Amino acid sequence: MSDHRVIPEPPKTVLHMKVNGVRIEEAIRPHKTLLEVLREDLLLTGTKHGCELGECGTCAVLVDGEPVLSCLVLGVACQGKSVETVEGMANGPELHPLQEAFAELGAAQCGYCTPGFLLTAKELLDRDPDPSRETMIAALAGNLCRCTGYLKIYEAIELAAARMRGVK
Amino acid sequence: MLRLPNFHYHVPATVAEAVALKAEHGPHASYVAGGTDLYPNMKRRQQEPHHVIQISQLRELHEVRDEGGHVRVGAGLTLTAVHQHERIARDYHALAEAAESVATPLLRNMGTLGGNLCLDTRCNYYDQSYEWRKGINFCMKKDGDICWVAKSSPKCLAVSSTDTAPVAVALGAAIEVTSAKGETRRIPAGDFFRNDGIDYMKKEHDELVTSIHLPAPNGWRSSYMKLRRRGSFDFPVLGVAVFVKFANAKGAAAKDAPVEEARVVLGAVFSEPTIVHGAADALVGRPLTKESIEDAAEAAFKIAKPMDNTDYLLSYRKEMVMPFTKRALLKVM
Ligand SMILES: Cc1cc2nc3c(=O)[nH]c(=O)nc-3n(C[C@H](O)[C@H](O)[C@H](O)COP(=O)(O)OP(=O)(O)OC[C@H]3O[C@@H](n4cnc5c(N)ncnc54)[C@H](O)[C@@H]3O)c2cc1C
Ligand code: SF4
Ligand code: FES
Ligand code: FES
Repeated sequence: MSDHRVIPEPPKTVLHMKVNGVRIEEAIRPHKTLLEVLREDLLLTGTKHGCELGECGTCAVLVDGEPVLSCLVLGVACQGKSVETVEGMANGPELHPLQEAFAELGAAQCGYCTPGFLLTAKELLDRDPDPSRETMIAALAGNLCRCTGYLKIYEAIELAAARMRGVK
Repeated sequence: MLRLPNFHYHVPATVAEAVALKAEHGPHASYVAGGTDLYPNMKRRQQEPHHVIQISQLRELHEVRDEGGHVRVGAGLTLTAVHQHERIARDYHALAEAAESVATPLLRNMGTLGGNLCLDTRCNYYDQSYEWRKGINFCMKKDGDICWVAKSSPKCLAVSSTDTAPVAVALGAAIEVTSAKGETRRIPAGDFFRNDGIDYMKKEHDELVTSIHLPAPNGWRSSYMKLRRRGSFDFPVLGVAVFVKFANAKGAAAKDAPVEEARVVLGAVFSEPTIVHGAADALVGRPLTKESIEDAAEAAFKIAKPMDNTDYLLSYRKEMVMPFTKRALLKVM
């Protein structure tokens, strides 16, 4: 039988990281995931929690520019790193072209998967400004959407990519 | 929220420090690289280490080095880095294919080659939440005493579900480990695993996998095929890795030369990647033809005895061994 081996709470560590360009300092326990730190300690609830087991992609954020699942990264493992969440995408009142295109084309329905898609797509466009449909599908293969059927998401990314390249 | 249990977290600066920590805390400690296997398991209380030793920051684990023809790939490379590596993609095609087929792009940015080789075995009665497992009074692999897949089985039959391990075995790669005593040894991938769902690796607990050594490319070819329900996310429920070396021939000129050496390895069928000796017997000494491929696939089909503890009907998984072995071999023809 499991004794649910509870160990006494280990001490907190002071975590220094950058979130959306802002330096933060937060005392956290090692078992807290980045997702929990963002939502519960930093009150940045734009990052969503779905399965919390790596099976849906809604919790995706960029750590040092790379898309990862915040439900499977420890907060303490982000010591000294730079994290970007959906809250960091807009420039003041000005939405990111991806956000704009998602809204325009109905690529967000319930919207629960949207933050994860936006950040994963942003990283894709940062390294490939004109991805083929095939490349896009492969890059987004870790993000699930129950509403849109994906087509509108791909179309929105293509529209945003075109606008970002300066194509009307 | 599905939360991790408490644990002490260590960030060693060197391999020596990491293995010393592991030796000090024994079975109550786990290494963690990408955490994409360990953390889900900890959230479901399948694994409950008191100490978690982070290894992904260790620089030694991130090197890819040519060592006189053969290539040493650090265990800490992410799967994305493995399949995007030019040299690996060119000379070790099957390894790149297998790495690229794991999970999802997000998980491959986190998950490492070492973690993939050491991946916990999987079973429908085990990969469940704590409450679910409590509902069936647990099983032998964690917290209980019987195996729900085969109640009279004296051992756990959980399935080896790593994509890269069958390829490592097929290529005849060696897995390098370092122990707390400071000893480093290379274990042939074919001797690294054990057909036991609980004790599925032959390495000692404190031994850290530091790298994998891939044989020099000299005309042999390799490929990997994977069966799963969705084209992304899903673990393999059958994997076939093949390695074929032709006599006195390099690459394209190989067509009619007889096969000199061959290995066909099945993944996700037993608790370890399994070499099909009968397939090698069918291939070696003959040119690679539709007929010899048919014989090899038949040999693979004969030995495969999947259990009813993964996705898909086990009869279907068994049936698919034939076409998947054939396709893997056709790819190297
Ligand atoms: C939704 C989902 C889908 C997945 N699909 C697949 C799939 O299709 N195919 C597949 O193969 N895997 C799959 N995985 C599992 C996992 O993502 C990969 O196997 C990954 O490569 C594991 O690497 P990691 O670095 O994250 O391992 P970790 O979780 O860090 O470690 C895994 C285990 O290995 C040990 N370990 C890690 N590195 C070392 C080392 N260097 N030396 C000694 N021990 C070590 C750890 O202690 C732990 O027990 C999936 C996971 C999820 C969540
Ligand atoms: S094979 Fe049996 S003992 Fe092993 S995990 Fe499954 S039910 Fe448990
Ligand atoms: S919440 Fe992280 S992958 Fe689902
Ligand atoms: S918009 Fe609802 S899940 Fe994607």
